[in-house]
Amino acid sequence: MPGKLKAKIVAGRHLPVMDRASDLTDAFVEVKFGNTTFKTDVYPKSLNPQWNSEWFKFEVDDEDLQDEPLQITVLDHDTYSANDAIGKVYIDIDPLLCSEAATVISGWLPIYDTIHGIRGEINVLVKVDLFNDLNRFRQSSCGVKFFCTTSIPRCYRAVMVHGFVEELVVNEDPEYQWIDRIRTPRASNEARQRLIFLMSGELQRKIGLKVLEMGGNAVVGYLQCFDLEGETGLVVRAIGTACTLEKISTLPATATHPSNSSPSKDMKEPGFGEEAPGVPLSSGPPTPLRAQTFSSFSPSKSYSRQSSSSDTELSLTPKTGMGSGGSAGKEAGPLKALLRQQTQSALEQREYPFFTLTAFPPGFLLHVGGVVSARSVKLLDRIHNPDEPETRDAWWEEIRQEIKSHAKALGCHAVVGYSESTSICEEVCILSASGTAAILSSRFMQDGSLDTEHRFEEVVPPGCGFCHIPYDELNIPFPAQLTYCYCCRRYKVPDVLFTTIDLPTEANVTGKGCLIQARLCRTKKKAQGEGNATAISNLLPFLEYELHTQLMNKLKLRGMNALFGLRIQISVGETMLLGLASATGVYLTALPSPGGIQVAGKTPSDITYEQHISNMQKKINDTISKNKELHEINPPEVVEEIIGSPIPEPRQRSRLFRSHSESSDEVSELDLSHGKKDAFVLEIDDTDAVEDIHALLTDSPTPAGFYSCNTEIMPGIQNWTSAIQMFTSVRVFRLNANLTNQGLNKIFSDLCENLLKSLYFKLRSMVPCCLCHLNFTVAIPEDELIQVAVTAVAMSFDKEQSLENGKQSGEKTLIKAITENDEQLQFNLELNAETSSPNPLSSPKGLSEVGSHPSARAPSVDYSSFADRCSSWIEQLKLKAHTIRRGSVKTTSSLEKASPLPEGRSRSLRSNRSYSGSSVAVVKMTPLSFIPGAKIIKYLGIINMFFIRETTSLREEGGVSGFLHTFIAEVFAMVRAHVAALGGNAVVSYSMKECVFMENPNKNQAQCLINVSGDAVIFIQESELESTSVQTQSATTHTSNGGEGT
Amino acid sequence: MLFKKMSMELDVFVGNTTVLDEDVYQLWLDGQTVTDAVRIRIEAGALQECEANAEVLLSDTMDQFRTFQMCERLLQSPSKVANQLLFQIPPHRQTMLIERYYEFDSMFAREVLGKKLSKGTKKDLDDIGSKTGIVLKSCRRQFDNFKRVFKVVEELKGPLVENIQRHFLLSDVLARDYAAIVFFANSRFETGKRKLQYLSFQDFAFCAGQLISYWTVGAVDNVVENMDVDLEKEFLHDLKDLKVLVNDKDMLDQHKSLVCAQLRGKIKVFSEMEASFKNLSRALVNIASKLTHTKDVRDLFIDLVEKFIEPCRSDKWTIGDLRLFLTHYSSSVHTLEAFRRQVIWDRYMGVIKSCILKMYHD
Repeated sequence: MPGKLKAKIVAGRHLPVMDRASDLTDAFVEVKFGNTTFKTDVYPKSLNPQWNSEWFKFEVDDEDLQDEPLQITVLDHDTYSANDAIGKVYIDIDPLLCSEAATVISGWLPIYDTIHGIRGEINVLVKVDLFNDLNRFRQSSCGVKFFCTTSIPRCYRAVMVHGFVEELVVNEDPEYQWIDRIRTPRASNEARQRLIFLMSGELQRKIGLKVLEMGGNAVVGYLQCFDLEGETGLVVRAIGTACTLEKISTLPATATHPSNSSPSKDMKEPGFGEEAPGVPLSSGPPTPLRAQTFSSFSPSKSYSRQSSSSDTELSLTPKTGMGSGGSAGKEAGPLKALLRQQTQSALEQREYPFFTLTAFPPGFLLHVGGVVSARSVKLLDRIHNPDEPETRDAWWEEIRQEIKSHAKALGCHAVVGYSESTSICEEVCILSASGTAAILSSRFMQDGSLDTEHRFEEVVPPGCGFCHIPYDELNIPFPAQLTYCYCCRRYKVPDVLFTTIDLPTEANVTGKGCLIQARLCRTKKKAQGEGNATAISNLLPFLEYELHTQLMNKLKLRGMNALFGLRIQISVGETMLLGLASATGVYLTALPSPGGIQVAGKTPSDITYEQHISNMQKKINDTISKNKELHEINPPEVVEEIIGSPIPEPRQRSRLFRSHSESSDEVSELDLSHGKKDAFVLEIDDTDAVEDIHALLTDSPTPAGFYSCNTEIMPGIQNWTSAIQMFTSVRVFRLNANLTNQGLNKIFSDLCENLLKSLYFKLRSMVPCCLCHLNFTVAIPEDELIQVAVTAVAMSFDKEQSLENGKQSGEKTLIKAITENDEQLQFNLELNAETSSPNPLSSPKGLSEVGSHPSARAPSVDYSSFADRCSSWIEQLKLKAHTIRRGSVKTTSSLEKASPLPEGRSRSLRSNRSYSGSSVAVVKMTPLSFIPGAKIIKYLGIINMFFIRETTSLREEGGVSGFLHTFIAEVFAMVRAHVAALGGNAVVSYSMKECVFMENPNKNQAQCLINVSGDAVIFIQESELESTSVQTQSATTHTSNGGEGT
Repeated sequence: MLFKKMSMELDVFVGNTTVLDEDVYQLWLDGQTVTDAVRIRIEAGALQECEANAEVLLSDTMDQFRTFQMCERLLQSPSKVANQLLFQIPPHRQTMLIERYYEFDSMFAREVLGKKLSKGTKKDLDDIGSKTGIVLKSCRRQFDNFKRVFKVVEELKGPLVENIQRHFLLSDVLARDYAAIVFFANSRFETGKRKLQYLSFQDFAFCAGQLISYWTVGAVDNVVENMDVDLEKEFLHDLKDLKVLVNDKDMLDQHKSLVCAQLRGKIKVFSEMEASFKNLSRALVNIASKLTHTKDVRDLFIDLVEKFIEPCRSDKWTIGDLRLFLTHYSSSVHTLEAFRRQVIWDRYMGVIKSCILKMYHD
């Protein structure tokens, strides 16, 4: 019996009137976990009941603790008829299962009903006591930390990056079960919500088990998605990167781990990352399109409605044993090439050398090859046995194998910034995966590489290293122009680089970046089954090709040479396909300056035509120079003669995007004659092309004072203020007429442009500001409907300092980095004092720190320092994780005795709030992994929430917009409330992964499903941090709560 | 041309911190339709901002209007605004939202002043709207606010202004105006007569403030249980005793001579004053003595205008003359040895004097 869950229902407020006669409510609460239910007394005739219940105790397996949510139902007691439900609260108790996350859930949580929305709030207290579990074959994975953040979380250090973890679970969708015909919409929605909670709990537990098996203790870049397949079922799948993380709690100087000095560290001298490309590459198929898209549709496999050949445990590659990677490492000789091979072999032993990370610890990412992606079209079939979701597993298996081979073709052994997605329409499903082929350093991947000493001596990798080609230049998998790196002049770089990752912090960038989108609509005939699937898969390559062309053109038009954060979304509807590619364009200093765009006419004889062409050419040239100015792109003029032309000019210098065999010669000639820069030729051979050029030029530049990007940060802007505004905007358009592809394209493009314009206008009060992490999601919810949803954060910055930011901020961060650990330490301790959560990883240094000012601390602090001493002592004994847990249980209980208030932290938080006058704590939300001007001091656990809202009185709720507006606001409110209840004051890496909206205006009905996720954290403003670290005591307020709005 | 081929079905923007545009809020409070609001914004030059176009402006206006509409339910019980979870709004913005929601047009308030805040009056809102040029929707909001505040504080004990502030979180100035409205509605003072038309809402609000401060139960007794909404019965009853000032001929003559002695050479209208002294004094004392009847209380202002202000105005008294006269008229009573009700007199005249002075204008 490894755990005891305790819940206490304190009070309710703002309850709805349930009894019309008295205008009051007789409320009581049911608390349910698993199959056990407790009830409070009825609190008669009040809209603000005070239940103050006893502690309801559930004794459960930790497996259940991970899978099940705590379900709280508020009801109105009715003597004569059935009790009416007011609403429910689902509480994910996972954050309480990890010793380093939250210790208690306490606060006001909105009571939610799927028909009426939020109906009042309930104040609850939830705690978990975990007991030691020595069972080796346990099914639970308590204690594994999950992070949505796609980089190493800010207060942790990566000791080891183990690699890819994935899992999927399937079930029947309650909405499509026979019982749904006889139950109410409310019951159906609740069944669905509960099922998804359960499934994501189970999924997380299973992934956790895999992580433990690999020897890790955390999952970073955890990405969980739902596939609402409809009739055929409900799939919940997740991918992530298993890591071993260590809390940063020591000073760099004392950070040595005595046991870890293994010979393996010697071979990891910093220079090894920069060696020339070498290493023969495996024979991947030469890719037609450069470094990106591949689509596949294999009729034989996908049509078959049986779960054919492949087993779930595809045994082509041996399962990654932790030891094997390490042993390979130890035999390594001094030769760099050998080293490279080793890393490669270490990676090859993994089934999938994939990483969902988009930002990396310094020195981890060595070279980037380019984007790899794979798609496949499948016909959905009923999942017969939910316990063995073989077909779905096999589908992803197939795609991942393809990605792996594409990466190989690019000379890379790993894929980073990896993600997977689906688009479903009726019975057709497009599965997509994409990532960036890369070469990684082995230092975070081998056993025994856990030497902290070296990490701190790390030389900052040069800002151009990752641009150097990883593939063999004589064996280029696609036509490309290579030059010597414009930074170091030693290694070859490509002319253009596309990636799905964030811009590495060390990258040398000229000017600022900007959001670049390629948008495309393609009509398709209505069809069924196989025919439909074939039609779609035939269209896909064209779609991808054109998206790529658009991206390339727009990149050139902005005078830039690299894309980061590239995300291509393809959405399928009954009569059309939508493609949206978003990325952040930048000018990488290491890459050659992009040539212009040249317009070429087909029939040069006609004078008016030529005039037209030259007009267009002029327009394009003007736009390019305007854009360069706008984004401050003025790279130092490179005299090319100095380096000469190292690479024999490839024959097809200019790749023709609309190649006509007859005209290509002429064009390339024209191009070659046109100066040294490689001009990019657009040939106007048909009306399509004219439209395309127009489309190119219609993208309006961002208004003055605004910047935009879809990555975490914007190069060239550093001095963020603390003013941030996260927002979600959703638009649905109805297409009213039969449209041609061009017409559709224009509409779709205008739609996106107008949406952006609206966002700029809405946020104009924040200027100067940058919209970061602009994440567009498109969907075709119905025939002739296009839905676009955007979630992003607007962040203000100081214009004044932006000129001098370069050096100064660099220095500043350096100083900060040095002092950081010290401050961090202080806060850990203080936090402990409040949270009563011992920090098992704190170090001997931490102890001495405590010892030096014992008198300055309150008595309760002594307990925590005792806890610290205890746990770090335990750590020194090198006991296993579960023993530490036992220790933590002990200390918790001792603390409980000591303090009359069991819920130390959040209580004190709330009392602080009340001083500031507002009774609701401010919770910031951001899709980024950080909060500007603030320091994240603790991760409280993952937030993963799923809500359904339905209405049968759409008009009365303000139509579709009113309905959705309320729902999104409610979702935000519930996220904030749950974070506040965990003791946090912000959500980072927030994302809205699903927003499925369905309406039936004729019946006055609508339904919407939203899935959001993020990491709950505690942050403190940096200014406060500085002052508190001086005063040591007293200021444990974490006052960022009281601050100005998010 | 493109817009015929597609239509916006749904368009929402939700910020973690609720985005509120104060200018648009005002348009919404003014009861403008979205179309009118967009037109007004365009006229105000909104298109110059941030390279907006009409479409962007329409979308923004609709979205803001919807946000305000969603907030409206909360604004109707302002104490909920601070501890609701649905909208994350910084405290100073919350204050702004509430204050603006409860602000009203004094033109409108003037029309409603003293009327019963009932359904019947609500039907007259059409007329008030067309008379004042205030959009009906805005009239409704203002009327409902009056009614809501009235209903809440009507039965509450303690100081009226503080009660309003506590329950509706309004600024002091606005709470005072609401106190006046509640006070007038409760006592149903006549304000609608033609002769009273020249008086503004602020004139009446000032008078209401005086009455609340000096003539209610709470005015003398600071015990919290006391009510501020009603005039003190005992005091009104005591006012009957002032009659002696005009009924006793000696006392009236003595009073007159005292005042005349003080004012001789100091006011321009001395002779007119001397001539009408007895009438004026009788008017003021009679008004006082009749206040025991509810009906006469209601007629307080019309009586003051008809019986005192108009005679003075026809004699062309200046405001300075009037002030001097009232000061001495009031203070010289202290030297009348036979008169015993000095305290009642001062309490009565203090208010009457400041009311008359406020009301004495064209």
